[in-house]
Amino acid sequence: MNDPAAVAAPGAPSVAGASPPSLRRALAAALLRDLMVTARHRADAVTGLVFFVVVASLFPLGVGSDARLLREIGPGVVWVAALLANLLSLPRLFVADHADGTLEQLLLRPQPLPLLVLAKVGGHWLTTGVPLVLVSPLLGVQYGLPADAIGVLVLTLLIGTPVLGLLGAVAAALALGLRGSGVLTALIVLPLNVPLLIFGSGAVQSQMAGLEVGGLLSLLGAILALALVTVPFALSQALRIACE
Amino acid sequence: MLQAQELACVRGDRRLFRGIGFELGPGTLLRVQGANGSGKTSLLRILAGLGLPAAGEVRWHGTPIRRQRETFAAALCYLGHLVGLKDELTPAENLRIEAGLSGWSVPGRGGERIAAALAFWGIERQAALPLRVLSAGQRRRAALARLLLADAAPLWILDEPFTALDVQAVQRLADVIGQRLAQGGIVVLTSHQEVPLAGATVQTLTLQ
Repeated sequence: MNDPAAVAAPGAPSVAGASPPSLRRALAAALLRDLMVTARHRADAVTGLVFFVVVASLFPLGVGSDARLLREIGPGVVWVAALLANLLSLPRLFVADHADGTLEQLLLRPQPLPLLVLAKVGGHWLTTGVPLVLVSPLLGVQYGLPADAIGVLVLTLLIGTPVLGLLGAVAAALALGLRGSGVLTALIVLPLNVPLLIFGSGAVQSQMAGLEVGGLLSLLGAILALALVTVPFALSQALRIACE
Repeated sequence: MLQAQELACVRGDRRLFRGIGFELGPGTLLRVQGANGSGKTSLLRILAGLGLPAAGEVRWHGTPIRRQRETFAAALCYLGHLVGLKDELTPAENLRIEAGLSGWSVPGRGGERIAAALAFWGIERQAALPLRVLSAGQRRRAALARLLLADAAPLWILDEPFTALDVQAVQRLADVIGQRLAQGGIVVLTSHQEVPLAGATVQTLTLQ
């Protein structure tokens, strides 16, 4: 096996150019890599979830056991806990990739970078956002929310956590490579999350007050649609600057 | 055909180089040399499109690389100081994902070709170990295995490719580069040591 030619695929095009790259294959590879890496760092993935549950469980200890008060603050507390848990997971998104060079290689792929980073953020959401959504009904029960309000809570988190991931990714990319990037990320991303917090917990409270929630859910959906379309481009630019 | 026109690079308030220009046709090797900190890596990153020159531009087949990012990326294999592979994954897994991301053809789910590339660099026994437990030289060899899979990419940009390699691996890499040049590829590399390449068109660029 000393001849490099022996390793080359038989009939591979010589210098004419690479075979047409398959976008779907590339996106699958980007997603798969992040999922595989997370699968080998399971403790990291669980940390965010445990943090979410612990923060949400601390509030009743602090404010007392008044059932009516807990029901009232429940949606807000769960949403704030989700915000903080998301913040905790953001450094994992790009820091390791930046350090080992996979990020700069990602910038040199023959596929559109916005789609590749969208796949990355999607993988991040699957491992950090979805667990929060799945465990949130339990927290709703803990705060004594009625069943229909729990349904709305899950729905708002299902729409909201991808947006948290997208906005957080931009902040993480902007702070990449800077000293104290964790704090900076928090300062950039928390104000951006305010509308989500208001609409998300507001929808659950409206449901409990017997008001119409369709409008607030539509607003959340609109934010998600807007973020899905615009954030990948901003994120690509931020990453190009970070790697320069 | 890779053209550089009047490239300049500024880091902070220090000018690393200016007025760098060259034209590399098929089968040409450009060896960039210079002292530590003279801007070799910066130049290579600019050529690869990762860095932005303070002045001048890089053209690939006559078109600036910034205006044809994806076409240029399909033609390029860049190997920097960092291996660009994940520590948590095995060399084989890393290469399979690399192939998917870059659109390299690895028939039959890539198993055989990737195994052959790893065997060529003598790390087939480490193929199932996570990259994190490999030695510096072995990690470097895993990164170099990308070159064998990227054999359809006409432009290779290699930053210190001989670092951490033993004598035998240096010779193998020189063979791989020589063969790429013989097939009409263009190779740009930085190296502090003489590259044992016979019969190739070699240009040398020295940064002050």
